[in-house]
Amino acid sequence: MSFFKELMAYAPALLNGLWITIELTLISAILGFIFSIPLVLGVLYGNKFLKSLSKLYITVIRGTPLLVQLFFLYYGFPQIGIHLSPLTAALVGFVLNSAAYQEEYLRGGFLAITKEQMEAAYSIGLTKWEAIRYVIFPQAFRFAIPALSNEVIYLIKYTSVAYIIQVPELFAQAKFFASDTFYFLQIFLLIGVVYLFLVYIVTYFTSRLEKKLYIPGFDISGLK
Amino acid sequence: MEILEVKDLVKRFGDNTVLDGVSFSVKKGDVKVIIGPSGTGKSTLLRCINMLNPPNEGKIFLEGVEITGKKVNIHKIRQKIGMVFQHFALFKHLTALDNVALGLLKVKKMDKKSAYEKAERELEKVGLLEHKNKYPAQLSGGQQQRVGIARALAMDPILMLFDEPTSALDPELIGDVLGVMQKLAKEGMTMIVVTHEMGFAKSVANEIIFMEKGHILEKGTPKDVFYNPQNERTRSFLSKISELYEEEE
Repeated sequence: MSFFKELMAYAPALLNGLWITIELTLISAILGFIFSIPLVLGVLYGNKFLKSLSKLYITVIRGTPLLVQLFFLYYGFPQIGIHLSPLTAALVGFVLNSAAYQEEYLRGGFLAITKEQMEAAYSIGLTKWEAIRYVIFPQAFRFAIPALSNEVIYLIKYTSVAYIIQVPELFAQAKFFASDTFYFLQIFLLIGVVYLFLVYIVTYFTSRLEKKLYIPGFDISGLK
Repeated sequence: MEILEVKDLVKRFGDNTVLDGVSFSVKKGDVKVIIGPSGTGKSTLLRCINMLNPPNEGKIFLEGVEITGKKVNIHKIRQKIGMVFQHFALFKHLTALDNVALGLLKVKKMDKKSAYEKAERELEKVGLLEHKNKYPAQLSGGQQQRVGIARALAMDPILMLFDEPTSALDPELIGDVLGVMQKLAKEGMTMIVVTHEMGFAKSVANEIIFMEKGHILEKGTPKDVFYNPQNERTRSFLSKISELYEEEE
């Protein structure tokens, strides 16, 4: 059978893989972002306990390979009676992992803000958390957009690692296809283009977001 | 009535004693101008008064209530003390109008309509209503500083602190800001101003405080301090300043 005929036969499986890849990426990016907020607040504004706890978390997550974390969840947890499906294990792993990285990107945004902004917020009577919420965070987030978009792009490609713990995502489906049909060159070229296309979509929406949130004085869309 | 009383204030940064027993009081409607060489604790004094830099020793009373105590809700106190910063410190992600409205919405919990109406009135007072939708980066330094003043005034403070409000401005923009401050003083606002604008000090202040090395060396009416300074250090500082700024008289 020709490559295209094989491809048609495999299309549902490949599309399903594509969907899992997108799902993994989006959920990990969004939940990772949500969890990164308490982490960055803990690191920057927390008391001693919260600060050390957040830092410990970030050190452990960033200091160990993603694959080790995924194996720990998928193959290690059953030993203590926690059985996760491949997809759940991958999701938990990616979310926990991404949160640590996104914390650092957000922290970069916070560091770009001068002390005077906080003092000005205090001077009109805002409390610390109100100042962070209404003055500091909205600015820090804007500064962090380019780095955060990097994380989403990483996730699109890194989700392919989930294939190793049996998640039938796009790369896994391509691998099955190739072992059955021996069209290695064609299929990996094709999914390479698909990954490229996914990354392009993210890049497009990031620049849309940057434009939407653009404020004179914030050169978040790069120096021109 | 005393609006503010500062008693034996001491502020240290590490081994460096920036304020070394500073005392003075401010009555309603007073305009006090603090002058002195840089690095003598003038800005630190202002920042102690609204507890941005809490003092190590000494007491501060606002309308007779001690604000240096541990149990004080400092956020409530700060609403009553307006602060204008040397580098404006506008919220960079907000328009001029939103800069002024933020405190009204989030601190005073006013509803949107009345908050924005009040914010517009405050911008109008400083002559910037037509620029209300501009972001700080789109405003000149003088305009930014006037937004800063409007932002502080919106909270209806009983005392305004000005920390070198014109020293980051181009000479031709200084006048606009001083004009707004002059008008405020005339309307009876109680003000403490750290500045090197001697013309402003002479015409608006009812007391000049000369500080050096964390101490108040001399205080008195502008007439006394400028034309008959008692302290040698005051005299030499004033002569240096007048050389620098070439007195207009």
